[in-house]
Amino acid sequence: MTEFSFWDILRNLLLAARWTVVLSLVSFIGGGIVGAALLFLRIGARRGMRVLSRGYIQLFQGTPLLMQLFLAFFGLGLFGIDVPAWLAACIALILWTAAFLAEIWRGCVESIAKGQWEASASLGMGYLQQMRYVILPQALKVAVPPTVGFSVQVVKGTALTSIIGFVELSKAGSIVTNATFQPFTVYGLVALIYFALCWPLSKSSQLLERKLNVAHRNH
Amino acid sequence: MSLIAITEVKKRFGDNEVLKGISIDVARGEVVAIIGKSGSGKSTLLRCINGLETIDQGSIVVAGAQFLPDEVHLKALRLKVGMIFQQFNLFPHLTAGGNVMLSQMVVKKTPKEDAEAVARKMLDRVGLAHKFDALPDELSGGQQQRVAIARALAMQPIALLCDEITSALDPELVAEVLAVVKELAAEGMTLVMVTHEMRFARDVCSRVVFMHQGRVHEIGAPEDVFANPRTPELRQFLGVQ
Ligand SMILES: Nc1ncnc2c1ncn2[C@@H]1O[C@H](COP(=O)(O)OP(=O)(O)O)[C@@H](O)[C@H]1O
Ligand SMILES: [Mg+2]
Repeated sequence: MTEFSFWDILRNLLLAARWTVVLSLVSFIGGGIVGAALLFLRIGARRGMRVLSRGYIQLFQGTPLLMQLFLAFFGLGLFGIDVPAWLAACIALILWTAAFLAEIWRGCVESIAKGQWEASASLGMGYLQQMRYVILPQALKVAVPPTVGFSVQVVKGTALTSIIGFVELSKAGSIVTNATFQPFTVYGLVALIYFALCWPLSKSSQLLERKLNVAHRNH
Repeated sequence: MSLIAITEVKKRFGDNEVLKGISIDVARGEVVAIIGKSGSGKSTLLRCINGLETIDQGSIVVAGAQFLPDEVHLKALRLKVGMIFQQFNLFPHLTAGGNVMLSQMVVKKTPKEDAEAVARKMLDRVGLAHKFDALPDELSGGQQQRVAIARALAMQPIALLCDEITSALDPELVAEVLAVVKELAAEGMTLVMVTHEMRFARDVCSRVVFMHQGRVHEIGAPEDVFANPRTPELRQFLGVQ
């Protein structure tokens, strides 16, 4: 059996952490795009679409991410579709992230004062024009802190994909532990790496929030 | 022919009938004050004229065009009548100039240079040419309301609706806004304004409408309405016995 030095452990974990980062980015960007589409359906003029997107959001917010991962991984397998772990992980995380972002952003759009809608309507703007030029520019600003804050949940959410066999930071942690029998060192390092990824995100979310509050002080 | 013809307009919110058959004709160049207790339906009436609310019965005709509750007609209506709100409702992410330019460019597709020229002219008209680049946050309430007036004027409406436009202002800022309105009236702009400024209504308005419980309770020249209120409700409202 080969001997693992501390640096071997750290190097292996850091290499695996790359996949945590990649998966987080893919989930966040993909989830952002799907989430934006969901948002427009959710607050749009068509009733059927509103109901549909609300149902989607409730479904994904109301079930554990773990189940969603299982369903994406094993469920599609039942139909004879062979889904590799990385693909199942991406699909499940993107759909899950989309549901939460759509809901966060809906709150931001609805936080814009009713008077903004009325003033822009009284100037003759149509719905899309109001959205494009008046509501979204303001909502986007409000949305930045909670969105950055939610990215922390995405990073932590990627840890669950270890269960379907995707080798990211957590999975690498258990593999390395099995080889080294040093669970405390290994999981301690795993935790530190997660912290190093998440802390800057939550800290910047806080800072952004504070900055925004200062900017809105005069309202 | 009247510029704004409001005929037997009814409006209800659920069980609450807020407008119970309102008829008012406003001639071109007229300045009409609407007074009345809170909850008497004044704002709702203005919002109906601007198409922010749909009406249940009756008709509103502005410059010969009938109010119909579809996008095309609503937009046409809103282009004819501008509206100023109690809370200013400036777009906080745009400068004063940007506020005045936006709807010209977006709705009327005016090229940017022309929109800017109009914006500068309109801001000058309300005495704020030097605030073109200021954000709403950096302006006083009175200045914000004057920008809102410039923004509405930039769309070249044939009438302006003002809903308690000085009620959210500190007392010392009321005069500067009323001065702008007075000037507009002198230039011949048709104005329908809900107001609590009785002195202003008396001095500037050609007619006063007293609304009570969703109806036009009294209507007439300010001299008559203020000096000889006929109904106990108006007398009570004016605080005379
Ligand atoms: N969007 C709305 N939904 C339900 N009720 C409303 C709405 N807008 C106004 N009302 C009701 O209509 C009545 C008249 O309101 P409003 O026109 O604002 O009166 P005013 O401007 O004279 O104070 C009030 O009883 C108010 O509660
Ligand atoms: Mg009102």
